[in-house]
Amino acid sequence: MNGEHTVRSYDEELSYLNNLIARMGGLAEAQLDGAIQALVRRDSDLAGRIVAADAKVDELEQEVHAFTVRLLALRQPMAQDLRGIVGALKVSGDLERIADYAANAAKRVLVLNTLPPAKPVSGVPRLARLVQQVLKEVLDSFVEQDVERATKVWVQDEEVDEMYTGLFRELITYMMEDARNITACIHLMFIAKNIERIGDHATNIAETIHFNVKGVPIREARPKGESVLLPEAKAE
Amino acid sequence: MISEAQSTQQSSRPASDAVKMRATDANVYYGEKHALKGVNLEIKAHEVTALIGPSGCGKSTFLRCLNRMNDLIEGARVTGEIVLDGSDIYDRDLDVVHLRARVGMVFQKPNPFPKSIYDNVAYGPRIHGLAKSGPDLDEIVISSLERAGLYAEVKDRLNEPGTGLSGGQQQRLCIARAIAVSPEVILMDEPCSALDPIATAKVEELIDELRENFTIVIVTHSMQQAARVSQRTAFFHLGELIEVGATEKIFTNPQHKLTQGYITGRFG
Repeated sequence: MNGEHTVRSYDEELSYLNNLIARMGGLAEAQLDGAIQALVRRDSDLAGRIVAADAKVDELEQEVHAFTVRLLALRQPMAQDLRGIVGALKVSGDLERIADYAANAAKRVLVLNTLPPAKPVSGVPRLARLVQQVLKEVLDSFVEQDVERATKVWVQDEEVDEMYTGLFRELITYMMEDARNITACIHLMFIAKNIERIGDHATNIAETIHFNVKGVPIREARPKGESVLLPEAKAE
Repeated sequence: MISEAQSTQQSSRPASDAVKMRATDANVYYGEKHALKGVNLEIKAHEVTALIGPSGCGKSTFLRCLNRMNDLIEGARVTGEIVLDGSDIYDRDLDVVHLRARVGMVFQKPNPFPKSIYDNVAYGPRIHGLAKSGPDLDEIVISSLERAGLYAEVKDRLNEPGTGLSGGQQQRLCIARAIAVSPEVILMDEPCSALDPIATAKVEELIDELRENFTIVIVTHSMQQAARVSQRTAFFHLGELIEVGATEKIFTNPQHKLTQGYITGRFG
């Protein structure tokens, strides 16, 4: 945001809010990373810790809510400040969901670890790496309020969708090959879906950054990757 | 200046697009000082237009141009054109007293005459010959007080002095006095700056009701007030009109850096 406020404590409060978001973002990233590590290493201890740590993200979200309401009431923000504060509130919601998806993936890892290893596990970390990169980029763009970088991330979601669709087909094939794979494959499918949803929330954050900085929503249509839904079943 | 075309017009009530007043290249000089620089602004009928900006930005100077109050200031000179319903208000043949009946004014401090509540409101209609006395005048006084939201509070003491009312009531009395002569435009120069929040809320509610019948231009230092009462906001800085547009646009997504700096409290 350009320039400083005449009332300096206002600037301090705004930067405190952005720090809260940055902390939440870092935590959400770590949660996703931990869930994937736990999956790859079949590490139930780590998975358990990820599930437990979700409460910390929820706590931070509550703090963002309370602080946002306080800023709105006491500062009566206008223009870019108003957009930034409302944006922070929205981003905190997205980050809370991202951490939730990571925790859910970790819960499924706990179940997977009681089953024999399933073959297509490797596709999931590949999807996760892409989404982790997208998430990192979008969080960095948030800190920098860099619209161009955010818009690139926003477009990248297409790749995530495509990779997810490929994984979906692969998992179906394994399940058809051998019915004993079904339990593990269904859990992997949900983990993959969770990761794909994390990518969607990352694009939401990119849209929020665009609105914060420019004051208008992104107008162009986002390129969509291949869907797992059949064309006639698409809800459009 | 950032033009109107870039902003979208949205307000709770449909506003007519008719232009009530228009300033074209308006300049004001106080002696050597160039106080208002080439302002082009349209005031639309049945809208509240808020003029905002830091002290000395020219917003009050511009407001005073709209009913030639600057004529009363020694050394003040106005150039450019200001029209009301298409006719130039700086025309030599124009009767200034008549103009000020059409374009009324409410000031920062409530300034009732040292007369009764009744006579404060009756003063204008009497001197403009709208009604001499008796039932006609009573009706104008009562309906003006009603429209100003004051009648219920003063109906039993119309003969008591206006100066005995509270600050908020005095300001509404001044508004009643302004509307008693059936003006078309009401200019308000920081009408709430001397009032407490409750009296301010009453005046703001009144402004919203008045815009059904009148066109209102208000100068205010409170950006929240501008945001609450106006449909269009014009931002002035160092005598220039920097940006004008739909109020919601100005306060959520202003286009000019100076507007942005001012309304977010990052000035200078």
